[in-house]
Amino acid sequence: MENELKFHYMVHTSLDVVDEKISAMGKALVDQRELYLGLLYPTEDYKVYGYVTNSKVKFVMVVDSSNTALRDNEIRSMFRKLHNSYTDVMCNPFYNPGDRIQSRVFDNMVTSMMIQVC
Amino acid sequence: MEGLTLSDAEQKYYSDLFSYCDIESTKKVVVNGRVLELFRAAQLPNDVVLQIMELCGATRLGYFGRSQFYIALKLVAVAQSGFPLRVESINTVKDLPLPRFVASKNEQESRHAASYSSDSENQGSYSGVIPPPPGRGQVKKGSISHDTVQPRASADQQEPASPIVSPQQSPPTSPHTWRKHNRHSSGGNSERPLAGPGPFWSPFGEAQSGSSAGDAVWSGHSPPPPQENWVSFADTPPTSSLLTMHPASVQDQTTVRTVASATTANEIRRQSSSYDDPWKITDEQRQYYINQFKTIQPDLNGFIPGSAAKEFFTKSKLPILELSHIWELSDFDKDGALTLDEFCAAFHLVVARKNGYDLPEKLPESLMPKLIDLEDAADVGDQPGEVGYSGSPAEAPPSKSPSMPSLNQTWPELNQSSEQWETFSERSSSSQTLTQFDSNIAPADPDTAIVHPVPIRMTPSKIHMQEMELKRTSSDHTNPTSPLLVKPSDLSEENKINSAVKFASGNTVDGYSSSDSFTSDPEQIGSNVTRQRSHSGTSPDNTAPPPPPPRPQPSHSRSSSLDMNRTFTVTTGQQQAGVVAQPPAVPPRPQPSQASGPVVHRPVDADGLMTHTSTSPQQIPEQPNFADFSQFEVLAASNVNEEQDNEAEKHAEVLPVEKASDPASSLRVAKADSKTEEKAAASVPANVSKGTAPLAPPPKPVRRRLKSEDELRPDVDEHTQKTGVLAAVLASQPSIPRSVGKDKKAIQASIRRNKETNTVLARLNSELQQQLKDVLEERISLEVQLEQLRPFSHL
Repeated sequence: MENELKFHYMVHTSLDVVDEKISAMGKALVDQRELYLGLLYPTEDYKVYGYVTNSKVKFVMVVDSSNTALRDNEIRSMFRKLHNSYTDVMCNPFYNPGDRIQSRVFDNMVTSMMIQVC
Repeated sequence: MEGLTLSDAEQKYYSDLFSYCDIESTKKVVVNGRVLELFRAAQLPNDVVLQIMELCGATRLGYFGRSQFYIALKLVAVAQSGFPLRVESINTVKDLPLPRFVASKNEQESRHAASYSSDSENQGSYSGVIPPPPGRGQVKKGSISHDTVQPRASADQQEPASPIVSPQQSPPTSPHTWRKHNRHSSGGNSERPLAGPGPFWSPFGEAQSGSSAGDAVWSGHSPPPPQENWVSFADTPPTSSLLTMHPASVQDQTTVRTVASATTANEIRRQSSSYDDPWKITDEQRQYYINQFKTIQPDLNGFIPGSAAKEFFTKSKLPILELSHIWELSDFDKDGALTLDEFCAAFHLVVARKNGYDLPEKLPESLMPKLIDLEDAADVGDQPGEVGYSGSPAEAPPSKSPSMPSLNQTWPELNQSSEQWETFSERSSSSQTLTQFDSNIAPADPDTAIVHPVPIRMTPSKIHMQEMELKRTSSDHTNPTSPLLVKPSDLSEENKINSAVKFASGNTVDGYSSSDSFTSDPEQIGSNVTRQRSHSGTSPDNTAPPPPPPRPQPSHSRSSSLDMNRTFTVTTGQQQAGVVAQPPAVPPRPQPSQASGPVVHRPVDADGLMTHTSTSPQQIPEQPNFADFSQFEVLAASNVNEEQDNEAEKHAEVLPVEKASDPASSLRVAKADSKTEEKAAASVPANVSKGTAPLAPPPKPVRRRLKSEDELRPDVDEHTQKTGVLAAVLASQPSIPRSVGKDKKAIQASIRRNKETNTVLARLNSELQQQLKDVLEERISLEVQLEQLRPFSHL
């Protein structure tokens, strides 16, 4: 529970960084590479990676700093998978954007992804 | 969780149940779906079931481990015994009767029931379970033909009042019951191997006989077993149906027992949707799905947009979450739209869910759109196992084996539709339409290229002729007006000669006519004069002079075919009427050459000209005949004679000239300069005509002189003949207009012919006019002589 709250806090703070980053980018520059924001800011324990989609949907990934094996490419691929899964979720007409994602497929994907890095 | 202590009976019973639920034979985890079915069969309130699940830890874990399962069973027993559900009650409650699970039609199940509890009780509960929802009862009553139904029917009979019966009538009840209900109502569900749901309860029966067998039955999932089960169902007497239930039949029963969780919003669904071999769609269902699809999307190859599908499936009153999950399963290509296959799968899933089936985690193989390869389908086949594990138990094993054959058997439509779908996607994605479009464009080009600004004018006119000439000269293909085409100097000498003859006659006529009547065209007259001069020359050099006359005339906009222009213009002016009348008659003759010459090149034109000339002689004589005829009528005998002579001479001249017998003319023609042959021809005829004229070369005047009354007759005859020919030509004219209506070539050919005719007629006209003049002059001279002689005669 504590971690959850801490993570929530971290994600919220990272959102500010994300906004800062996307605002810094030219509005016309919206390509795949810039979707991935990279390491937003590292803390002593965690690293926070950001990714923003074309529709300004932000993905924030908090990774344990102790996990040194995690490379940037892997992060990118994870974000890509996240993005794909998210688009699949959006395709569902029963899903209202903004709702909490309750897609089992999405959850499975996320779980599997997390398991991979763990 | 507290440790669970089970008695031996309990242990055995639980293990059997676990094996039953352990579809995947993992021996460790049971399928949630099965477990849920089992719990439902326990005839416990749903909340109790949920509570049990929570207590046993399955909710937390998300699956039923063996321990969880045992605990759950124990709790079921506790609940059924009326004890409050407590974690502690697992072990505290002693002497708990074994949990009862209704709808175990299996013999073994009944045995279980008997062993574990009272048979009647089990049967009662069983029967009660059988028609879980009212629909089941209905189903059971109705379906006797179906083996699967029979057990249920028996069950119904056994327990008309099933406590578990939920008010669900049709689809909402378990899919099994639904199916049976449908079977009853439709009678076409015989194929449906309710093997899916069946296995649920068959394990109960099977458990004793051998959980493995039960598992085998489920894993064996193939239409035959269910059918056999049905058969066995039928064989088993109603009362003993429970006992003799084949595992598969038990499965069916279990399916029947499946408690309808959701009420059917659409009765239609009830009728149509039913679980077949857990996820197989029967033909009836399929047809129903297709009809529903049509209501949304008339095009079976089209897509149903997500919004429409959302509305449609929302009507089923399923939770949005479940609908969302169904969508995720059914929208195979993740495009936000449902094809026919996807729609059927989604519909089927909705129906299943309404009937109490848990949604699978992955799309069952039988519901997989046929778009994917069989490999994918095979992969999907593996999924049911997992599905069964995580989802509805009935689906996976039963759907595995039969799914493949069922896929191929029961889904021919799906295949077709999938193929259609594939083709649709291919069509939509391919650029075939583009290529076709391009190809369509291409053919148009030739047409456009073919289009040539050739004015279509049947009446010869100076401008028209000039235009024709221009076009001819500018374009490769010849104009219908062969006379103009002839002008190119490419024609052979003979051609030139012939053409020259033809044109010469015309020119001469024109010259004469122009000289006589066209005082306003000094140029033309001058040209005629020049022609005459050239004619009189009758020397090779004459060829030179003839050409020049046409050229100098500024009236000729074109360098070529100036003579013809003049000729035509003259003739047009003079004899337009006559020419106009005649041209129609001319074309028919030259048709053979003209028809082939829409695109005739110059050489061809030459040939055409030759033919034209060949025909022109006919034309000319005809025309002169015609003209002669009129002249004949007008002129007096002597004059007529003269005219006839002239005409005859002209004809004769023309004929011999046409025959290239006139060396002079031929020479002239041959030596016609690069100018159009028409010029030469014009010059030749001019020469010829001039020969007949006062300047006429010796033969001509001789001919004229020679021609006396004697010649009148032959001339008359000739005239008559010629008139007849001309008439014939004229008669043939009418056919031309008809040809005009034909394709372009015909039109052009007819135009050419008409122009040739016009030319010829104009020439003839001019010649005749000249002859007329000559005759008149002679007449005047004769009269003068008469007068001179008269005084003497009077004496």
